[in-house]
Amino acid sequence: MIGVAAAGLLLFHGRIAGISGIAGGIFRRESGDISWRVMFIVGLFTAGAVWSQFFPLDYEVGIERSTLALIIAGLTVGIGTQLGSGCTSGHGVCGIGRLSKRSTVATISFMITAAITVFVVNEVLGGSI
Amino acid sequence: MKVKIGAFLGGSLFGVGLAIAGMTQPAKIIGFFDFFGSWDPSLAFVMLGAIVVYTPVYRWAIRTWQRPIWAPAFSLPTREDIDARLIVGSAIFGVGWGLGGYCPGPALTSVGAGSEQAFIFGAAMLIGVGAYQLFMRVRERRTGGAVDPQAAAMIDG
Repeated sequence: MIGVAAAGLLLFHGRIAGISGIAGGIFRRESGDISWRVMFIVGLFTAGAVWSQFFPLDYEVGIERSTLALIIAGLTVGIGTQLGSGCTSGHGVCGIGRLSKRSTVATISFMITAAITVFVVNEVLGGSI
Repeated sequence: MKVKIGAFLGGSLFGVGLAIAGMTQPAKIIGFFDFFGSWDPSLAFVMLGAIVVYTPVYRWAIRTWQRPIWAPAFSLPTREDIDARLIVGSAIFGVGWGLGGYCPGPALTSVGAGSEQAFIFGAAMLIGVGAYQLFMRVRERRTGGAVDPQAAAMIDG
């Protein structure tokens, strides 16, 4: 389904379905193309709002994170994806799907640091932070 | 109008896909990265599945299509060089993903689902995205409007 949505965005809009790129473009001016980005994100919100009515467990958090940890995590994801120009969808799915060397390197990079972070949080800090 | 509706439907389908795949459950994400604890490999199949669907469509489209249906041309990344920004930026992203259990798409769709944790994470994420883009805009203006090639290549994803 993720693949189908990404393929649809390519065939109809000619765009890479990278969420961080779609979001980042909203803050840039040289577009005239801000409206489709906003609508894509409104679609993401709406999907969550509707789907969670039927399947609330799909949105269960299940880990212990303080507000401060969530803020730091959000900020690093925001800045990191812009600096590295992509996230799981843009690099991990579309980029690897395009056989892009850049995206493959990026995906390896964020997978390694995510695994290290989880190791530190779970094994060193005892699973909650 | 159809472009906007199409983007809305694309985002909706993507959002439901993320939920079904389990990407909106931070505990599941953490489980996937917990190689030294109780490793849950299921998310590898999510990514693999999406790639398997996407790759043939992409290759077919760029070979045989002159243009996408609703746009004058494909907007695809052109850069092929590996630079420090790519690696360091992605590394920073990975730390946040491992810490919070959300990557950008699941965070946004979980905000729609009313998750409080996702809201805190998502707000901070958008502040990070906005701050970076504003910083780049100021820098571009100072350097005489030259568009930063990395920023222009944002469509990597």
